[in-house]
Amino acid sequence: MIATTSTPIQADTSHLSQERKHELIRLVRQDCGSCHGMKLTGGLGPALTPQALKDKPAAALISTILQGRPGTPMPPWNNFISESEAGWIVDSLQTGFPDAR
Amino acid sequence: MRASLLAPLLALSMLAGCATPALRGTGDLGVVIERATGSVQILDTTHRSSLAKVEGLGDLSHASISYARDERYAYVFGRDGGLTKVDILRQRIERRIIQGGNSIGGAISPDGTLVAVANYEPGGVKVFDANDLSLVADIPAVGANGKRSKVVGLVDAPGHRFVFSLYDAGEIWVADMHDPKQPVLHKFVDIGEEPYDGMITSDGRYYAAGLFGEDGVALLDLWNLDAGVKRALVEFGRHGEKLPVYKMPHLEGWAATGNQVVLPAVGQHEVIIADQNTWKEIARIPVAGQAVFAVARPDGRQVWINFAFPDNDTVQVLDLPSRSIVKTLKPGKGVLHLEFSPRGEQVWLSVRDENRIEIYDPDSFARIGTLPAESPSGIFFTSRAHRIGL
Ligand code: HEC
Repeated sequence: MIATTSTPIQADTSHLSQERKHELIRLVRQDCGSCHGMKLTGGLGPALTPQALKDKPAAALISTILQGRPGTPMPPWNNFISESEAGWIVDSLQTGFPDAR
Repeated sequence: MRASLLAPLLALSMLAGCATPALRGTGDLGVVIERATGSVQILDTTHRSSLAKVEGLGDLSHASISYARDERYAYVFGRDGGLTKVDILRQRIERRIIQGGNSIGGAISPDGTLVAVANYEPGGVKVFDANDLSLVADIPAVGANGKRSKVVGLVDAPGHRFVFSLYDAGEIWVADMHDPKQPVLHKFVDIGEEPYDGMITSDGRYYAAGLFGEDGVALLDLWNLDAGVKRALVEFGRHGEKLPVYKMPHLEGWAATGNQVVLPAVGQHEVIIADQNTWKEIARIPVAGQAVFAVARPDGRQVWINFAFPDNDTVQVLDLPSRSIVKTLKPGKGVLHLEFSPRGEQVWLSVRDENRIEIYDPDSFARIGTLPAESPSGIFFTSRAHRIGL
């Protein structure tokens, strides 16, 4: 649970294309959903709802997504997701994740 | 496409509503889960068609099915704790309850009277009357550590038993259901870290739980409980160089073919062929990605394998006699599941991101049919009704 950078990561999404956002939404709902539930209400992994994440620092969550949590089934996604994309995902998770359609 | 498919169905079901419905069996039918829309379709393997869509089953993002022994009713276990009994002849929901907060799968007792559901939240197993879905028994999964645990790998077993694993506690429990209201529990503790799924061999003898936190599988001989749980296939699992696991393999799909089992190696691009009696490794076959399901053709000649993200556009066919991959198919993005027709002359694949079911001839590998389906996942044919552990 160590943040990767010392400055808080802002969800800078200005450069994220609409198309890429759609891909990420699909990835989160489907592929993260296989462990966290497609509605993100939890499964083998914990719930990723705004309620569940509201008190957790974004930087730590971003780091979890990129690096995974060794010793648990949570895998690292840094081969598929950039840091700013992870920032956008965390921001969206904390505010209410968009639907696939 | 969908409209043209449903229109004749509508006519058919309207006919069925006012006249005596045409008599038919259900042995060539099945159900596919449409995970995003909370619906299922009823499938016909004789005509390679969809007969109906049934809606209103809740969150099916991780759903599985057990069949009543008459092959008429499908019990659908949904992610949201929903348990839905679908009448596949009348093509409608017979009964539906929300039995828990978050569930992972279920099983039906050998005599067909009890349906059990494995729950993550609240961790435990609930047992229902297969007829009216009234609660018969509640088994909270409190491990030796005093904490409630998620339950995985629930199967039925001969001797009127259910067997399941406690993910957080690392235990395997055998519930004897002879007195359904008072299950007798036989608990095995310290079986290994994080059992993530379990399976039973097709003869009903061995229960094996895959371990995420350790190498190998935890193996229980159900003919000899006194021998306790042993560790087997220590080579199996995330030995050596570990790759991240993007999707948990499913052990229910472990192919048991005569005296061999074929298992996806966790975190590796390999499947393992093991001897079903000694549980020793026979061979390791390199494959295209991390295997999720390894499903044997009913004759045991081939095993069809699908893969986790990012290789989930691929399916490979393992020829068992030569122990080699004889075919690599690219059916489309998001191949989530595969199911053989009862005698194996067809194999049906759900291709989630393409919103299609693809049907292949496993002899020629030719595609012999396509059906539209919304985000299809599990495909379950009624022949499962008569197989131990499904
Ligand atoms: C193979 C299963 C699996 C997959 C796939 C998976 N996760 Fe996880 N995830 C877990 C588990 C298990 C944990 C809890 C780890 C622990 O015990 O600390 C977790 C934890 C997390 C956490 C921390 C939650 C918290 O409350 O601290 C976040 C955020 C997260 N995952 C996001 C994701 C995202 C985003 C994806 C997809 C890009 C994803 N996960 C895919 C299993 C998975």
